[in-house]
Amino acid sequence: MDGRGGCGVSRVSTRPVRSLLYFAVVLGIFLFSCTQASAFPAFARKYGLPCSSCHEGWPKLSPFGQQFKDNGYQLGNDRDAPIFQQAAYWPVAFRTTPNWHLETANHVPLDNGTVADVKTSGFDYTGLDILTGGTLAKNFSFLFVPSSDELGAFHIESANVRFSNILNSTWFNLKVGKFELDNLLSEKRILTLSGNGGFYQNYHFQPMYQPGVPETYVFGIGDNQLGVEWMGHSKNDRTRLSVSVLSPTDGNPDFQTGAGAAGVTGPGGAAGRTYDVFAAGSQAFEVKGLGLQRVGAFAYFGHAPTYSRFTSGGVDIPGSGIGNEPYYRVGLIGMWYVKKFDFTTMYFYGHDSAFLASSTPSNSPTGLPPGTRAPTWNGGLIETHYTYSPQLIFVNRYELIRMSQQAWVGDPSSETPANPGNMGNIDALTFGIRYYPFINTRAGFAFHNEYSIVWQRNSQISPVTGGTIGLTSSSLLFGFDFAF
Amino acid sequence: MRRIHFKKIALNLLLVSALPVAAGAQQMESHIGNVTGHAEPGKALYYRYCWGCHGARGDGNGENAPYLNILPRNFVAGTFKCRSTPTGMLPLDQDLYNSLERGFNFTNMPSWIALTVEERANLVAFIKTFSPRWKTEKPGDPIQIPAEPSLSVASIQHGKELFQKLECWKCHGNEGRGDGPSASTLTDSNDQPIRPYNFTSDNRSKCGHTNQDLYKIFMTGLDGTPMPSFADVIKPEDAWDLVHFLRTLQYNNKSPELTLWLSTKEGAAIVNAQKVSNTNTGSGVNP
Repeated sequence: MDGRGGCGVSRVSTRPVRSLLYFAVVLGIFLFSCTQASAFPAFARKYGLPCSSCHEGWPKLSPFGQQFKDNGYQLGNDRDAPIFQQAAYWPVAFRTTPNWHLETANHVPLDNGTVADVKTSGFDYTGLDILTGGTLAKNFSFLFVPSSDELGAFHIESANVRFSNILNSTWFNLKVGKFELDNLLSEKRILTLSGNGGFYQNYHFQPMYQPGVPETYVFGIGDNQLGVEWMGHSKNDRTRLSVSVLSPTDGNPDFQTGAGAAGVTGPGGAAGRTYDVFAAGSQAFEVKGLGLQRVGAFAYFGHAPTYSRFTSGGVDIPGSGIGNEPYYRVGLIGMWYVKKFDFTTMYFYGHDSAFLASSTPSNSPTGLPPGTRAPTWNGGLIETHYTYSPQLIFVNRYELIRMSQQAWVGDPSSETPANPGNMGNIDALTFGIRYYPFINTRAGFAFHNEYSIVWQRNSQISPVTGGTIGLTSSSLLFGFDFAF
Repeated sequence: MRRIHFKKIALNLLLVSALPVAAGAQQMESHIGNVTGHAEPGKALYYRYCWGCHGARGDGNGENAPYLNILPRNFVAGTFKCRSTPTGMLPLDQDLYNSLERGFNFTNMPSWIALTVEERANLVAFIKTFSPRWKTEKPGDPIQIPAEPSLSVASIQHGKELFQKLECWKCHGNEGRGDGPSASTLTDSNDQPIRPYNFTSDNRSKCGHTNQDLYKIFMTGLDGTPMPSFADVIKPEDAWDLVHFLRTLQYNNKSPELTLWLSTKEGAAIVNAQKVSNTNTGSGVNP
């Protein structure tokens, strides 16, 4: 965890060749160390409800849990305000996962000019999430989540207050601070934890400009963001709408982005002074004999600066980024229940400005490098769960990403050949089983088993042949995931 | 051999994870409108959502029960407060369904409106398997609720007189705060202390928030509590007058009854005397 938004660790597609070894062997572990943030035994203790009320298998929310969250962590039975709790009640919980895991990666470039397949394994542990949240008073709630990596370096994963049911309406709720976007498919409640499977590829994908040359601005729709969110929902939560206005920092504080913005040098990029917008909406409906089905859509419209207006001592002054260029992500999502089976399907589309893709300042006197295009891509996901009982859940996920327009299509004046059409394409497959040996109203425990494999096509240059080669990495994990 | 061994382990794992089965679970149904609920799928829902308070056997002795100051319902006893049937009778399926949908204010029982209609109907069917009463008895016929007469000051004033005459004040207090002289002595059918409803606290009584719900409460009584049925004591039109008066006790709820009552000199004086205002801590004082 690097202090950027959410599990904002760099992904496959953003790593230069020289760091592939780091990615394959260390970053996989690092990624997996970002435990997810939202399974709250403190709520179970407060209300005396078992984990299985709010979670189909924690941390995945049930419709009842989603309604509880959408109501500002309130059940609405007038026991929500802390005044009704014993004075000793403390709304704090902890989560971590000791484990054994095996990581593999092929085609890892070595310093001796060759490539190798690298395999590592051993006992390990994740970082720590300190989960504090609940109500300050009726309709005033909060969430504060300091989170550490396995070495104890903390960052603030979430810090927000929420004003719920303003004017006594479920359609008027405001949240301010750092929070997870209103993603129906929540990455913070993902049921997989491994280095390759512990995040959604689509939520963090950014195309490469040329093989091994990533965009330098960083954004992930799965990262927690800073801003204000309006959210409204029907009383039974069947209809949900939200709009967020966000600082363009990918959730980082002090008006800085997590990495150098396009064209901006110096540690961290200076964020711009514009605001991004995220909107999401969904509608659920009942199908007799099957359960509750939900369909929705989301869109993120963002800008990133391409150069800094002011520098001091050679360093960008935070918040002085200008020359903003646009990017956006849009998607459709469906959550389908067939008794004990449920499927989540998602279509994803992404677009980045050519300036962002090529890290070119928008005021560059020479303009865009010839052969540069605005990259676009399509993505898809299907995640299946079989919930045998609240104690046993099987997980399977397949994700794909397909580039439809490469950022670099080649130029006669350049020696660098055009990107292969499939460069950066990703296929990711994950299987998991979570077994909860007990369910109670005090704490949660899961025996977590998972295998995940990711294929990325032509994403790097082979030091041996000079041509492009892909990267395949996998994770096998057995862990004890617990929260108390 | 290895494969067989693995199968055994997998089978054991599934068996261990299997949830407790309620004694006497049977092919019970519920009927909510045109939806039929079934006990078998309701069982899985019960052991996902309800057992923490109501217990694996439905006797209200869930692991969380000792920490609740209003005990969870004992389904084995088959006694339910919120019914549309006469006192002493089993409730309708719809009554149980409504309770699930509404939840019980001021208790730990939330609204389960997030569940589907079918899921709630299934839960109702399963809850009925706990008590032998459902095997031998049938729910009573729902009481008839006559149309609500038009609201008038005279109706409120008559309701106020009935509040005194029927000695509602003995438990609920003169201002309806649940602090009458008998309040501290009351117990429920489990010998647990029970507090009379505080009308000033909210506009949502346990068994619903409409005027019809209020009417039903004192015509059916709340079985298992000291709140009796007044069906044999007062006439329907008197009951409606009482409803109109009780609404004026809810001074934080801008009901038509309160608005009308405040327009009178007598009513305004009474309501304003009830309010706690200009405190050091500002608004939000919990009465």
